[in-house]
Amino acid sequence: MVQKLPFLKESPSQTAGPYVHIGTNPNWVEITGVWNEDLGLVLVGPETKGERIVIKGRVFDGAGDPLKDALIEIWQADAAGLYNSPQEKRGKADPSFVGWGRQPADGATGEYRFETIKPGRVPYKDGRLMAPHITVWIVARGINTGLHTRLYFSDEEAANAECPVLARIAHKARVPTLVATRTEENGLPTYTFNIHIQGEKETVFFDI
Amino acid sequence: MTDNGTFYQRDRNWHPPAFTPTYKTSILRSPQQPLLSLENTISELTGPVFGHDKLGPLDNDLLRNFAKTGDPIGQRIVVYGRVLDENARPVPGALLEFWQANAGGRYRHKKETYLAAIDPNFGGCGRVITDEEGRYWFRTIKPGAYPWPNGVNDWRPAHIHFSVFGHAFAQRLITQMYFEGDPMIWQDPIVATIPDKAAIEQLVAALDRQNTLPMDALAYKFDIVLRGRRSTMFENRMEGN
Ligand SMILES: [Fe+2]
Repeated sequence: MVQKLPFLKESPSQTAGPYVHIGTNPNWVEITGVWNEDLGLVLVGPETKGERIVIKGRVFDGAGDPLKDALIEIWQADAAGLYNSPQEKRGKADPSFVGWGRQPADGATGEYRFETIKPGRVPYKDGRLMAPHITVWIVARGINTGLHTRLYFSDEEAANAECPVLARIAHKARVPTLVATRTEENGLPTYTFNIHIQGEKETVFFDI
Repeated sequence: MTDNGTFYQRDRNWHPPAFTPTYKTSILRSPQQPLLSLENTISELTGPVFGHDKLGPLDNDLLRNFAKTGDPIGQRIVVYGRVLDENARPVPGALLEFWQANAGGRYRHKKETYLAAIDPNFGGCGRVITDEEGRYWFRTIKPGAYPWPNGVNDWRPAHIHFSVFGHAFAQRLITQMYFEGDPMIWQDPIVATIPDKAAIEQLVAALDRQNTLPMDALAYKFDIVLRGRRSTMFENRMEGN
């Protein structure tokens, strides 16, 4: 026998199941009157600094079918590259931008959509700048532990090329799975980020 | 103070693997490539904060937050506990969101097809933010077991779903709470995705007669553990080497 270490084990994850929206987006599933507004739907207000963008896409399973029950969360820095978090010690983030969003995939098409701003660059551990990116987290029925990935931007080629995190991906052919493609829709820069859980086009997921 | 260090590596043998064929939906919804291990950067060490002002007074009272004509049917219970990190320190200000079926095992959801009755007085959702010592509590009814399409005769044990925000996005967690003494825990394909029996038992809330409200509600204690951070003392020493 040896002395016991004082650590606890993390509570094990379980799937969010098919009815995650009852707890996270009750108004969206017609449970009204419990609270007025589901959290995370609106990221940007009139005071928010930065370039307005749209992020949209779908989450596909191993058979190529879109998940219509997925819940997607994003977490990102403000336009100046600061996080709105007490853990952010480098400066004070834009008070008009929380940086966290949450959207259910559309029940008919599986499409998710966020209206947000383009984040600034933030440093890697060693001080080198990472390319602008958004942290993405996906839960759904059949996903036992929430999947973490990152969204990068197709019009940030130079920054992407020197991003220390993208450089960690050994199979270079998989890097594009993290890069959202820029188009213009209704006058707004729109980035399409499709996530493939499994198969030939499988997105790179992180153990963070 | 350890609030600046990176997080302990997630123990993937304690969590369920992604591919768990007896839970059929996981077959097509599990990555097949290895996850890319990423030392925490500021993007994972930070996370959103939710103020108590975001919540309403009935958000932690599922007996009343949807009631139309009276209390919901079912066994009245109080669920309480603490949110801790792996260093056994309380996590204050953690947002917990929870959802559950009614006493008959029926969810209030348009895609739900189980024939058990909807309860007009039960919505099935709530949320709470932990206090300075990481404590939380809410009031609800004990959910019923329900059948689900996996095998032809698979049933979920009574459970409450939890979504938890800590202080960093790396701590984000969704899990489920089960009830002490329920024999159905051990025949559920979703519980069985967790390989370690001790890990399953970490999700089983204890019946607590000491905190039961006499003539009112049974109490169940459910502590939740989020990932913990390395001591910066050690990190600084390592950098000096
Ligand atoms: Fe459930």
